[in-house]
Amino acid sequence: MSATLYERIGGEAAVNAAVELFYRKVLNDYRINRFFNNTDMDTQLAKQKAFFTMAFGGPNNYTGQDMRNAHARLVKMGLAEEHFNAVMEHLGATMVELNVPADLIAEAAAIAESTRKDVLGK
Amino acid sequence: MYTLTVDQKRYSCLENESVLDVLVRENVNLSYACKKGTCHSCLVRSIDIKPPKPAQAGLKNTLINQNYFLACQCYPLQDMHIKLPNQSEFYRMGTVTVNTLLNRNTMLLVIAFEDAFEFNAGQFVNLQRSDGLTRSYSIANVPQESNQLEFHIRRLPGGKFSSWLHDEIRIGDSIAVSEPRGHCFYLPERREQGLLLVGTGTGLAPLAGILTDALRHGHAGPIHLFHGSRHFEDLYRIDEMQQLAAQHANFHYMPCLSGNPVPDGFSAGRVNDVALSHFSDLKDWRIFLCGHPEMVNQMKKMTFLKGASMADIYTDAFIVSST
Ligand SMILES: Cc1cc2nc3c(=O)[nH]c(=O)nc-3n(C[C@H](O)[C@H](O)[C@H](O)COP(=O)(O)OP(=O)(O)OC[C@H]3O[C@@H](n4cnc5c(N)ncnc54)[C@H](O)[C@@H]3O)c2cc1C
Ligand code: HEM
Repeated sequence: MSATLYERIGGEAAVNAAVELFYRKVLNDYRINRFFNNTDMDTQLAKQKAFFTMAFGGPNNYTGQDMRNAHARLVKMGLAEEHFNAVMEHLGATMVELNVPADLIAEAAAIAESTRKDVLGK
Repeated sequence: MYTLTVDQKRYSCLENESVLDVLVRENVNLSYACKKGTCHSCLVRSIDIKPPKPAQAGLKNTLINQNYFLACQCYPLQDMHIKLPNQSEFYRMGTVTVNTLLNRNTMLLVIAFEDAFEFNAGQFVNLQRSDGLTRSYSIANVPQESNQLEFHIRRLPGGKFSSWLHDEIRIGDSIAVSEPRGHCFYLPERREQGLLLVGTGTGLAPLAGILTDALRHGHAGPIHLFHGSRHFEDLYRIDEMQQLAAQHANFHYMPCLSGNPVPDGFSAGRVNDVALSHFSDLKDWRIFLCGHPEMVNQMKKMTFLKGASMADIYTDAFIVSST
């Protein structure tokens, strides 16, 4: 089987379905919403799309260094393990809500998990 | 190899080059950042042809409709004429034909042109005084044969441009008007969709245009307009809106007052709170928010959290510049 996770999960349509569900969860979560509050919502949503494309193993060319740079400002604001865990929670819950099969959820979660050190600037 | 024309200058676009690659190579001044289609910094507009589809992925409908695209995601399939956001604007001269008061501090200003002025109801233009002072004002009417633009101008205490319009402009004066701008307008699609229109003060101007446009396109879904201000004396067009509501079963109008007193037929409270409390769920609604920047930003978030899709939320924040 050669289809990528991104293709099996449903490609861009899956990203589009996931991103708003996810973003509502994030904005409603007092533990982490302060990180998302000061930028324009349209821009922010486009960035969440990049987040999902990446977690779904889709076409993007973000390097580990890009992830460090993108989140450096947040690390200065105190971004830490518990916040990363909260995002992982919402990522999982969003996919469950969209009836993504458990094995694909696990694959996507593993990809997101692999960025932990870079996102947290460790 | 295709030719890109920007502001009269022509550049060659080589194979596998994006529009952004060409502009960067040629040192054309355009802001950009991610080069991945994520940040939308390099948004530009095609003047003549429809840009390639992938270059418009993720853009709002009203931007796509006006041939906006992301330079970093655009691999041309033919020659293109491109307009950059910082390119100097084209102004036309219009003549003031009406300047009457709508209420104690809001003026109805009508500017007429010799030729047709193309725009979408709800867009705004920049008005410019002869000394160069420039401000944005929303168009309150719909495109029509009479070649006129209607504006609602609120007098800000000590405001340079609004005071000038209120105190000095006379019928017959000419004034410079930019091309129409902005992407907060109605597109005649999904006619069954509910429309929620929320505005403060002269935020009614673009909303009135959008409302008229939707009604004349026979929009079938429910349309709710909430117009708010602090005092009764600062609202306007109340009778007209009530009349429209009486004529159109699907149109509902609610004037809101955040101060006292609150007469019968008006809702007490801030317009955003009143509007939100009306709906338990805004899934599949199309939202238009115009006026006070704080109201607009807060409502953008709240309507999204109540289920509206971000692609369906259109906004015009009347940001007052401090220059
Ligand atoms: C997209 C867009 C559309 C717009 N559409 C309209 C429209 O349809 N109708 C309309 O009337 N305006 C509209 N505006 C606002 C308009 O462009 C001007 O900003 C406004 O008329 C004030 O300009 P001014 O030169 O009179 O004030 P300025 O000389 O710029 O002075 C404003 C000063 O007043 C202060 N100030 C800010 N808010 C207030 C307040 N509420 N009360 C008192 N002082 C304040 C500011 O700090 C600033 O120093 C729009 C703005 C934008 C961005
Ligand atoms: C789980 C792994 C994560 C991945 C794969 C990821 C991925 C991304 C990507 C691809 C971007 C866009 C970068 C750009 O082009 O600008 C981004 C931006 C962003 N991320 Fe993450 N992210 C992760 C975790 C987090 C966490 C834990 C938070 C905060 C709680 C967070 C908050 C943000 C914010 C606020 C932005 C926008 C930054 C800005 O203002 O430009 N992310 N992320």
